[in-house]
Amino acid sequence: MCSYIVEKAKLFGTAKGPGSDWMKVDTANVYYDHPYEAQLDHALCVDFVCEAQGGRERVAIEISRESALELIEKIKAALASGDDAHSKATEATCSLAGSQAEVAALF
Amino acid sequence: MSYPGLTAETIAFQGHNGDKGEAYYARPTGSAKVGGVVVIMHMPGWDEWIIETTRKIAHHGYAAISPHLYFREGTGSPDDLGARVRAAGGVADDTVMGDVEACMKYLRAQPNSNGKVGVIGFCSGGRHTYLAGCRLSGIDALVDCWGGNVAVDDPKALNAKRPVAPIDLTDKITAPLLGLFGNDDENPNADQVNRTEALLKKLGKNYEFHRYDGAGHAFFNYSRAPAYRADQAADGWKKVFAFFKKHLG
Repeated sequence: MCSYIVEKAKLFGTAKGPGSDWMKVDTANVYYDHPYEAQLDHALCVDFVCEAQGGRERVAIEISRESALELIEKIKAALASGDDAHSKATEATCSLAGSQAEVAALF
Repeated sequence: MSYPGLTAETIAFQGHNGDKGEAYYARPTGSAKVGGVVVIMHMPGWDEWIIETTRKIAHHGYAAISPHLYFREGTGSPDDLGARVRAAGGVADDTVMGDVEACMKYLRAQPNSNGKVGVIGFCSGGRHTYLAGCRLSGIDALVDCWGGNVAVDDPKALNAKRPVAPIDLTDKITAPLLGLFGNDDENPNADQVNRTEALLKKLGKNYEFHRYDGAGHAFFNYSRAPAYRADQAADGWKKVFAFFKKHLG
């Protein structure tokens, strides 16, 4: 729809594109609009940038609405399963203190 | 028949506030006097399609210039510059009007100019075209191709960079206006186009609107398969060049 509406998410992390070095990112500019490259009428676009360093470089994606919703679900699922595994590992470290068989069973 | 030759190149131009930037300039070869056209890019950027469109207009006998509206963001690929501009909230209307006015002046200063200058724009450039018709003097023809936010329903679309809805300045339009729209477009949607047309009619403006079924936004753009509509685009281009012939010579 060609708007200038952008949702900004604050981030801490790094990003990398083909043939480039890792770059710090502190912001994701998120918008749902006509894409530049993807052959879609509208796309969910995310530009990962580092505004603290001027925001001139970016790692970008343009994906379909369905892809975006799938990605949201998978991010949630990955965080949930990761949190679960890590909390078990922490508990194991505290309670078992060296029981190799029980720690190994967690992975 | 033989096809006329043309010369096309990137030139330096002095835009709004004396800022020095780039524009793509294509014109027929030869000494004949021709009309000029300012080609205002679409929001995604100063990309290959807009450059090809500039050459297309030159191929049809006009001196066409397309200013790089994002040149103030520095160097980079068109899509990266477009992303930076979007993140910064877009370009200011005052800046674009200054750049367009500078291009009009450039065209009229060329030895091949017949003195007439039109403006055509696509997407956000369609809105800029409508706005130019309201704010700039000396325009002989306006072509608004699916300019969104001419009529503004969402107050968030108005801000310091774009403080006024162009439709509210319609009484200031003096040049003839051609508007091309897809009936499936969401911005501008059919209701917004209806309201714009009703106001133009009420104010007695010289305009013609053509609206296409089975087409949405950017239906001329063959580089984007989901948007491109070959039949509607072919008819639309015929209307553009008939309009330019009538008003620019």
